[in-house]
Amino acid sequence: MSPRDAWITGIGLVTSLGEGADAHWTVLTGSPQPLVNETGFAPFPVHPALSLELDKQIPKKSDQRQMEPWQRAGTYAAGLAIDAAGARGLVSDMHMIVAAGGGERDIALDEAVAAEIARLPPEEAGRVLNERLQTGLRPTLFLAQLSNLLAGNISIVHGVTGSSRTFMGEESAAADAIRIACARLAEGRGEVFLVGGAFLGARWDMLLLYGAGGGLWRGAYAPVSARQGGGMVLGCVNAFLVIEAADHARARGAAPLARIAAVATDASRRAEPGAIRAATEALWRGMAAGAPAGPLAVISGASGAGVPWAEERGFLAALAPAALRTPASLWGHGMEAAFPANVALGALALSRGAIFAPCDPADAGNAAPAAVLVTGIGHWRGEALALLTPAEDTR
Amino acid sequence: MSRPRVAVTGIGIVSPLGFGVAANWAALTAGRSGIRRISRFPVDHLRTTIAGCVDLPEDRPGAALPSPERVERMAVLAAEEALVSAGLGAPGAFPGPLFLGMPPVETEWPQRLELTRATNGNGAYREITLAALSRPFIHDLFCFGGIGERLAARFGTRGAPISLTTACATGASSIQLGVEAIQRGEARAALAIGADGSVHPEALIRFSLLSALSTRNDEPEKAARPFEKSRDGFVMSEGAAALVLEDEGSARARGATILGFVLGCGERADSFHRTRSNPDGSAIIGAMRNAIADAGLSPADIDYVNAHGTGTPENDKMEALGMRAVFGDRPPPISSNKSMIGHTLSAAGAIEAVFSLLTIRHQVLPPTINHDEPDPTIGLDVVPNAARPARVRHVLSNSFGFGGQNVCLVLGEAA
Repeated sequence: MSPRDAWITGIGLVTSLGEGADAHWTVLTGSPQPLVNETGFAPFPVHPALSLELDKQIPKKSDQRQMEPWQRAGTYAAGLAIDAAGARGLVSDMHMIVAAGGGERDIALDEAVAAEIARLPPEEAGRVLNERLQTGLRPTLFLAQLSNLLAGNISIVHGVTGSSRTFMGEESAAADAIRIACARLAEGRGEVFLVGGAFLGARWDMLLLYGAGGGLWRGAYAPVSARQGGGMVLGCVNAFLVIEAADHARARGAAPLARIAAVATDASRRAEPGAIRAATEALWRGMAAGAPAGPLAVISGASGAGVPWAEERGFLAALAPAALRTPASLWGHGMEAAFPANVALGALALSRGAIFAPCDPADAGNAAPAAVLVTGIGHWRGEALALLTPAEDTR
Repeated sequence: MSRPRVAVTGIGIVSPLGFGVAANWAALTAGRSGIRRISRFPVDHLRTTIAGCVDLPEDRPGAALPSPERVERMAVLAAEEALVSAGLGAPGAFPGPLFLGMPPVETEWPQRLELTRATNGNGAYREITLAALSRPFIHDLFCFGGIGERLAARFGTRGAPISLTTACATGASSIQLGVEAIQRGEARAALAIGADGSVHPEALIRFSLLSALSTRNDEPEKAARPFEKSRDGFVMSEGAAALVLEDEGSARARGATILGFVLGCGERADSFHRTRSNPDGSAIIGAMRNAIADAGLSPADIDYVNAHGTGTPENDKMEALGMRAVFGDRPPPISSNKSMIGHTLSAAGAIEAVFSLLTIRHQVLPPTINHDEPDPTIGLDVVPNAARPARVRHVLSNSFGFGGQNVCLVLGEAA
């Protein structure tokens, strides 16, 4: 164990199943059932967003008004993580890396303008578009939906000001955010990091983007393993982690949930069958030596996309973990928030000395894990793995 | 802990001033403006009708490339120039990671309108989403990882490409991430790019609704007036710059021409307001001081500052306050490239880092043009209107973003 080990000392998790680490653990160790909205965005099933008591984490109404739901949910989850870590006093020098997607568009305005101008001659359409947007767009909407303003709002609401970076790029943005935070901790560039992402998939603008080309599951909800041909069911997932140098956490008496023993990422071109599996296996070979003896649990970030899931199954069959869990079957795919959410679950499992209930009919194994491997195979690009082990103090 | 120095061995640039380093530097030191009236789309009903525009060969009348394609195209042009000048790696096999600073992208009006026409014409998202099921290009074009993926494939960079945004500091952040990766020993080289291509109607209107843009539409080339008394906002612009970053030892071992060094990076986030700095200037002062300290220098070692200098009343006032706090009574000269190229947003930090290196190489300070009447509250030597020779060893390049994301770089001479 090194004094610069990366410890997870706080989790902020908000999904359709609840908010906070304890609430999730209670639900997940019971008989968890997915919450699904099959009609609101038919034919696309989605997992709905949890209704939040915003005042608890975003006390100023003026701040709440300056955000749309995606920024609010992320800012809320970030606050939960800071609270869970007992880190309110550390925010001024806390470094932040946020994995962000796009914020909400004004759906009603988009639809009205599109209907009005779609069949006009191009020049005239352009003139009317200008007029409608100039008068129809709320001045606050730009900032309320801008990707880097999730981080900006976390700075404003929670006072996190050590540094602020926002990564873009779907699932792998978050994996690289965690990887770079851990690397900076190891070299002494920072003592405590806030890392995570937020994703609200129950929105038409997101369904348009991820549905284009047929990436989404249609019809009645089905768990990931039962989706013939594959398809994502988008969820509303917000997950932040406080990641801290072991010596820093020890000095302030903070209790770690787990240690991030390794994080590795790659992006294969996926030009030929087997490329995803080969890239993932190479990542695993680079970190396998760090896994302690004993049962290995896998928390799979399977998005539901067909080809990546088939290749991940091949990798997992060879790995033969003692337990497998697929959270996307329960709360949907969390895109930028998926990897941090699954790392959070892995840390919880290690800190509680148990694995939670299966999320998918194909999930198996119940051994208490000695280590957890989190997979993050992007629905389109990006392969990532994180290996979590118990922080020394928890055993 | 002593960290290896990070050399810059390749640079490339595209801006409204032209294509390539030579054309850009010539125009910049001649004090030429790249701002003009927008012709890419109708400007009726717009409060601001001017911008810095890069016309690409692929643009068709009435059908300009969508933002992600503009970003990718300009990034490719800048990166190709940088790679040629670096002479590092085989074509299509760059020996290091890609850090791409870029704007957020999303499905745009031409696609929404095409989908609307392909369906029942009512524009409903349910209908256009169903129509998009057969259009995978919409996903691949507008997902955030798309541009990075295509650039990584083209240039053969290693590992997962990192796409990032820190608003107007994005380009500087991409360089900082590359520097850190090299200093950690993760790679001997990195390709850092900042690119933006957001000059389209909706983005222009969004900035306009924030009252951030100059409305001096009648004199486009005079609209960007950083530090000048009558400044009334920034001018949106677009472009790209690329830097090949390399571990100094590796660069020297292969006999590469070193163009300069990224000696220090500093950052500090602000918690005050979404678009304004804390009136005490603490975050921008902190970022400037952190960069100078990271370079192992003191403020007196900085010979020139490449300003963030957007030309908004607020930014320039705060930057001047920061200058006085960091440098005291005798601040070095400071000038704003944005007076000529406008604000290239996600590209600005990278473009201005390249101009900072050129400032050192040529020992010439580019001017702040349109400096007719000094703002008495600024009180800085802004290198008004004409370039001038100077002894320059170290440049501080400032980038301050919406959302309180501030990044400063210290560039040094190739000694």
